[in-house]
This record gives sequence, structure tokens and C-alpha cells, in this order.
Amino acid sequence: MMDAVEILFTASFWVAAIRIASPLIFATMGELICERAGVLNLGIEGIMTAGAFAGWFTVYMGGDLWTGVLVAALVGMGFGLLHSLLTVPLGLSQHVVGIGVTLLATSLTYYVYRLALPEVTSPPKIEPFQPWAVPGLSKLPVVGEALFTQTPLTYLAFILVILVAWGLYRTPLGLAVRAVGENPGAVEAQGISVTAMRMGAVMTGSALMAIGGAFLTMSAFNSFFFNMINGRGWVCIALVVFGSWRPGKALLGAILFAAFDAYQIRLQQLSGGVVPYQVFLMLPYALSILALIVVARRATYPKALMVPYQKGER
Amino acid sequence: MRLEPKPAPSLAMSILYPVAAIVVTFVIAGVLVMLAGANPFSVFRLVLKGAAGSQFAVLETLTRATPLIFTGLAVAVAFRAKLWNIGAEAQLYMGAIITVVLGTGALPLPAIILVPLVMLAALIGGALLLAGPAWLKLRFGVDEVVTTLLLNFIVLLFVSMLLEGVLKDPMALGWPQSPKIIAEAQLPRVITGKRLHYGFVIAVALAVGLWFVMKKTVLGYEMRAVGHNAEAARFLGMPVNGVLMKTALLSGGIAALGGFSEVAGLKGSLTLDLSPGFGYTGIVVAMLAMLNPIGVVFSAIFVAGIFVGAAAMSRSAGVPSYIADVMVATSLLTMVTAIMLSRYRVKWK
Repeated sequence: MMDAVEILFTASFWVAAIRIASPLIFATMGELICERAGVLNLGIEGIMTAGAFAGWFTVYMGGDLWTGVLVAALVGMGFGLLHSLLTVPLGLSQHVVGIGVTLLATSLTYYVYRLALPEVTSPPKIEPFQPWAVPGLSKLPVVGEALFTQTPLTYLAFILVILVAWGLYRTPLGLAVRAVGENPGAVEAQGISVTAMRMGAVMTGSALMAIGGAFLTMSAFNSFFFNMINGRGWVCIALVVFGSWRPGKALLGAILFAAFDAYQIRLQQLSGGVVPYQVFLMLPYALSILALIVVARRATYPKALMVPYQKGER
Repeated sequence: MRLEPKPAPSLAMSILYPVAAIVVTFVIAGVLVMLAGANPFSVFRLVLKGAAGSQFAVLETLTRATPLIFTGLAVAVAFRAKLWNIGAEAQLYMGAIITVVLGTGALPLPAIILVPLVMLAALIGGALLLAGPAWLKLRFGVDEVVTTLLLNFIVLLFVSMLLEGVLKDPMALGWPQSPKIIAEAQLPRVITGKRLHYGFVIAVALAVGLWFVMKKTVLGYEMRAVGHNAEAARFLGMPVNGVLMKTALLSGGIAALGGFSEVAGLKGSLTLDLSPGFGYTGIVVAMLAMLNPIGVVFSAIFVAGIFVGAAAMSRSAGVPSYIADVMVATSLLTMVTAIMLSRYRVKWK
């Protein structure tokens, strides 16, 4: 019993928690940007899959790691363009299109994977991002090792949260993004194109989702597996609701979730097989549902979320 | 640009647009086939041959269509009322679990009683599984998309737990698999010695029944009204929450019947790969049918044909069979776009 509590005070536990949180942070910020502009992006699960593959494959073919990240982002943006073309100017159901994009991105990824590597039984490995201790900061007591001995992509994830928060609340562009998610008619009256704003937000958000996927193949692990996203995209959608569409709160949610995930893996080892391991694996998903129930009552959705906008319509 | 409603589309147009969607899908798939270094026309001919070129192929396609009819109907019913049930996968597994629990000898009953009893139990299990997210939606306002999606993962882990625990077949060496159900719990085959089973007949009958419910009954009318405009339906005094709950019970139950049918008709036991995504593919099936229950039968056969045909093609032509998944996903997006364009005129200005 004592061991179960002690885990929480080990640096290695928090290092793992922050690492597990990193892809979720990228994808959650991506989804948050889409939803703040009024578009629910259920393509997230598939876009993360495509990003995971694109980044890894670029490096496998001889590109460097940052080129891999860029290619992943571009692939994500491409699927974001498809999603937003169908949901924004054409106003198609965001639920149906989102599921369609997830199915398409996933199957296309698997098709290309099989085409490029027809013979392999175990997926080839790449040299992934290595941890880089920030000079000075990594020596800080308590938080130093957990926060500052990570890989560059993790630092980027945290910087991203600051950028998104600053962008959304402190810049005219952010104001416009938030406004198209709340009251698109008023934005159009200002002479800003709602269609362009929303499409831009979905493409940007989708690029971030893809980088989140790429984190898994290029930083957390070093190869691409089928089903490797394993519901992380759907968890991120729950995290956006949990964070009431605010970057800071969503970041907190992602870290809490990741800490819980890292904790269940360790508890699994401690329990010594008395409790089936599947019970521990279920916990993160169950926790996501529980978190949604807790916040649902006071959730304030962007008012125009999932409402297609038509110019000149009242 | 903006969209303007067209006057009611003519019959020719309402056929032309969906056909165009299928053509676009095949063009996109053709490009991908060419990337694989194969000739699209010969590949598509092989797909067609594999899906419908022989009695064996046709029966195989219909067998593969059976679970897709169930999940397609489950999605069609739910989406009609704008209840976003993305959890047909979990409900299908729930039906399969119940079939195995009750069908492996726990109830020593003759087939004439046991089969309907197991079927009913599976139906109730699936209905209750979707009742949870529906209740959370109505009571707390929790979005059912996320809860039903997450439940898919929870239920699959639950199946894995059962297969390594209480439902483990001691005779299966290491492979996680449940014991076989007894003969009295099995659905008979349509043709002796072939794989097509009575699950298909039940699925088609269910589609006809649901078509009747949707078109001719008060419940069907209320479901459509709630889906069209829940606020207006509430204003007119309709019990919107009650209608949504009934829809959830119906949808979850139907999906679970798909699991029952796969185990009792085809596989005989439960494994972790019982469903290669039938729940998700059901969404495509329902949308291709424009949520029409009778249409679901045809779209399920179409989609099943692509899967069965592509698997056969892949063996001989060397194009990865994932081309089938790509085609199915693409057809969903092209079809919803085509339906939109057949109803609205795009004005550029």
C-alpha cells in the first residue's frame, strides 16, 4: 500500500507523466482551436494516425527529425483542408464528415504503409528525438527532472500552450477566431470572412493533431504500429470539454490524465496480477467519461459550435 | 460562396448525383491502385469477380453484409433522431458476450426456445449499453459522441478480460477465445454446408420492420421530428427525452443483435477480432443508404462486396486490401457531398 503512494513522489513517474501528456497537449490544442472557431473535428483520431506515420516515414526515408515533424503537420493540414471544405462552405454534418475523415486518414495511412513496406513483419525503427536536459533548470529541485529532461517536442508542446493562450486572448486574430465560434454573423459584419477563419482554424488545428501523432512515433517510441493512437484522439475531445475550451485548463487536464495513465501502469505492476490488467487499462477511458459528467453541467460550449454559417442568413 | 435550396430535385438528378459519387470514389481508388503499380481496370474486375463472380463469392458477400446490416440499421435509427451513436462496435460485442454466456450450456433448453431467448437477452444487453450514454446526455448534457466512442475501448478491454478469465476456452491453447456455443443456440445455415446463415434473414426482416416503424408509426414520426428540430418537437408537446431514450434502446439493441448473429450464426465463439470495425463501417452503410432501413440492406451488400472482393483481389494482384477501407471511407464523403449538391445550388460571389 505504501508503495502505491510512494510512486507519486518519484521523479521517474512525473517524467513519464509529462511524456505521456505531450501528444495529448498537441492534439488537444488542435481540437481546441477548431472548436473555438465553431467546428467539431472528429477527424482527430485519423489525423493523429496519419501524422504518426508521415513523420516516422519521412525520417525512415532519410529525412531529419524536424523535417518529419513538418511533413506530419502538412499531412494533417491536408486532412484539415478536406474536413473544413466539407463542413464549412458546404455545411455538411460535422459528425459524419469527422468520422469519415478519421476512417479515410486511417485507411489511407495503412494502405500507404503496406504499399511502402510490403514485406516487413516487425516495423522498422528510426533514431527518435533524444531527451535534452535544459542547462540549469533541469537541476531545479522537485520539478527540474520531470519538466526539463524531456525531448524537444515536449518543450514545444508547452510553448504551444502559451502561444495558443496568448494568440486566442491577446491578438486580433484570436479574437476573430473566438468570435466566429460564438457569433459568426457579427464577424461577417466586420468584413471578416467566416469561411476563411473557420477553414484556417481547422487546418491549423489539424496540423497540431498530426504533430501530436508524430510525437508517438518520433519521440515516445521509434516505430509505427497499427492502432497505435488507440483512442487518444477521442480522449483529447473529452479533454477540450474538461478544460472548458481554455488552453490552460486543457493543459492541466492533459497532465492529470497522463499522470493517471502513468500511475495505472505502475499500479498494474504492483498488483502482481491479482486484478486483471485490462481493468487498469480501462481506467483512463472511464476517467474521461467521469470527467465529462463532472463538468458537463457548467460547460459553456462555444455558442456556434456545430452550427454551419451561411452568409446573409439570419 | 453561398448555398441556395434547389426546387425538388428531379428523379434523374437524385440518381445522377449518387452515381457520380460512386464514380469519383472509383477514380480516387484507381489512382491509388496505380500507385501500387497495378492496372485499375483489371484490379476492379478482380474485385467484382471476388465479390460476385461465383456462387461462393455471392454467399460470402451476403455473409459479410449480415453484421453490417445490423450495425447500419442501428446507426440509421439513431442518426435519424440525431442521436450520435458511434458505439455500435461496443454494443455488437455486448450482444456477442451475452450470446456466449447464455449459449455455452448454461441453459439446457431446446433450440426453439433457446435461440429466441438468447437473442432477446442480447438485444436487452445492447439496449442497456446505449441507455447509459443516452441517460448521461439527457440528465447531465454529456455529449454522447465521446461517451459512446470511449465505451468502444472499454468494452473491447472487457472482452479481452473475459477471454483471458472466466470465458477462456480451456481447450484453446493460449489463443484468447471463448468456448463454442452449444448446437441448440446456433442459428441454422441458409444452405447446408455454406457459411450464409439465418442471421442474414433476420437482418433483412428487421430492415423491413424498421422501415415500417419509421414510416408508419407514431414512434417513427416522433423520431424524425426530434431529429429534424428537437426544439420545435418539444414545443409541440412531444416527449423529446422519452423519444430519444426509446431511440437509444432500439439502436443499441439492434447493434447487439449483430453480435448475436455473428456468434450464433457464423463463428460459434467469441474472439477479440470478432468485429473488424463493423460498428464504424455501419456509419458508412447508414449514410450511403441515406438512413433508409431498406436502403441499408443494399448499401451493406455493396460495402461487404468491396471488402470481400478486395480481399480476393489482394491475394492475386498484390494491391493491399486496405484499398477496400479507403474506398468505403471515400464513398462516405463523396456521397454526403453529392446529396448536398443535389439539394442545393452553389453560388459563387
